[in-house]
Amino acid sequence: MTAALALVALVGGWEALVRLGGVDPLILPAPTEVLDALWEDRSLLAPDLWTTTYEVVLGLAAAVAAGVGLAVAMHVSPALRRALRPLVIGSQAVPVPVIAPLVILVLGFGLAPKVLLVALVCFFPIAINLYDGLRSADPDARRLLRSLQATRWQALRLVEAPSALPAAFTGLKVAAAVAVIGAVFAEWAGAESGLGHALLTANGQLETARAFAATLLLFLLAIALYGACALIERRVVDWTPRTGPGGT
Amino acid sequence: MQSEAEVPVVGPRDTDQAGVELEGVEKSFGAVRALAGVTLRVAAGETVAVVGPSGCGKSTLLELVCGLAEPSAGRVRAGPAALMPQRDALLPWLSALDNAALALRVARISRAAARTAAHQHFAAFGLEGFERARPAALSGGMRQRVAFLRTLLAGRPVLCLDEPFGALDALTRLQMQRWLEGALAREPRTVLLVTHDVEEAVLLADRVVLLSPRPGRIVAVLDVAAPRPRARDDRAVVELRERALAVLGADEAAPRLGGALGAGNGSSRAADRGFEGPGA
Repeated sequence: MTAALALVALVGGWEALVRLGGVDPLILPAPTEVLDALWEDRSLLAPDLWTTTYEVVLGLAAAVAAGVGLAVAMHVSPALRRALRPLVIGSQAVPVPVIAPLVILVLGFGLAPKVLLVALVCFFPIAINLYDGLRSADPDARRLLRSLQATRWQALRLVEAPSALPAAFTGLKVAAAVAVIGAVFAEWAGAESGLGHALLTANGQLETARAFAATLLLFLLAIALYGACALIERRVVDWTPRTGPGGT
Repeated sequence: MQSEAEVPVVGPRDTDQAGVELEGVEKSFGAVRALAGVTLRVAAGETVAVVGPSGCGKSTLLELVCGLAEPSAGRVRAGPAALMPQRDALLPWLSALDNAALALRVARISRAAARTAAHQHFAAFGLEGFERARPAALSGGMRQRVAFLRTLLAGRPVLCLDEPFGALDALTRLQMQRWLEGALAREPRTVLLVTHDVEEAVLLADRVVLLSPRPGRIVAVLDVAAPRPRARDDRAVVELRERALAVLGADEAAPRLGGALGAGNGSSRAADRGFEGPGA
């Protein structure tokens, strides 16, 4: 409810500023003009939206696979933890816009570099949150499992993994929200379609309203991905008491 | 009530070894000495309560018996033991039934068979109708009963109960003590019960072992000869409780055991039942 009010205030203020202030629509189009462009150019933008969604979902899936693998490996093996931790943290110091052209150079203009760059942006929050979650399992429950002579695998499956799920979903939601950034940078470095690509060409053609429309779609895509993850979380993690309804 | 034939579902792994023996057991964590020379024998089928002030190494004692830790010195010999940790340690994502069946799942019994086995006890444990409830939806007393059933279904001859009723309100605790007494009468086991509640110890145990503050060592062992079921206001219970409190120094101004230790030695069979000085 409050989110809707804030949005209305923001968009209304923007519209008023452009209309009443006589701002050049080349620099800042009014929200109504952006919606116009979204409708007019829908046949142009729809394939771009599809491309980017595809890249982001695949990249996110790759990030989940890599993040879960890394977190579990680091959790189970102290040697791997020491070996991998600097690499995992260091990977986040890599500026995506800088390495995106290099990745494109190596992997070509296809889907692979986009998926890789989205995964690079996304795996970190997943891996770190899951890793912390695995470590935070109730020590009493751990002792109980040990007293039952449970194997390492049983302890992981019966106690540690379920208790890590809430934290893992927090990581996944962060990843979902930032995933589009990776896709846009990858498309800027070289692509034939996608919302990032649309943004770039629209800018070049001084179609500011269309550029804003593409940005709006990116914005909506991120929200939809986040919402989807939150929905899955609600289904899977159904034992933690919620403080209140999570409004959107 | 369950018939004796149906239970236990998983038989003790080593039936001829159902007792517990500690000989001169020491345990240190770095510079901190938790236990200093504890010698204690628990016969098969006996219930022994271990009482002492907080931080006296009671829980450490149970960890040693359950094989979760090795003593720094001395010897621990115990039959296969199941631990009921402080704060029930129920898994919040599992139903009451699956929590109770956890030990069976760890023993690689199929989910369906484990659930059936656990469910046989639900009526006797007063848990009928709550099979699918998550721990968060259970009362404190019910949670403890689920945790105790889980411990029992581990099928070990020795049960290590770590302050099983510490988190309960006074009334529920009283009910649970009666209930535990009944449950143990139905399913006799060797029980090591750690508690800070002297009365609870006297009500439930065959013998009460009193530990000193850290580093924990045995200052007295009291035999509880009173017939069961015992009531809080039984003369023998009241008398023993007062004696135990005197030994533990409840009426002393100083927290250290100085004078009370001497009194305890005089009035109980501390010397022949496992008391060893710090130098032993």
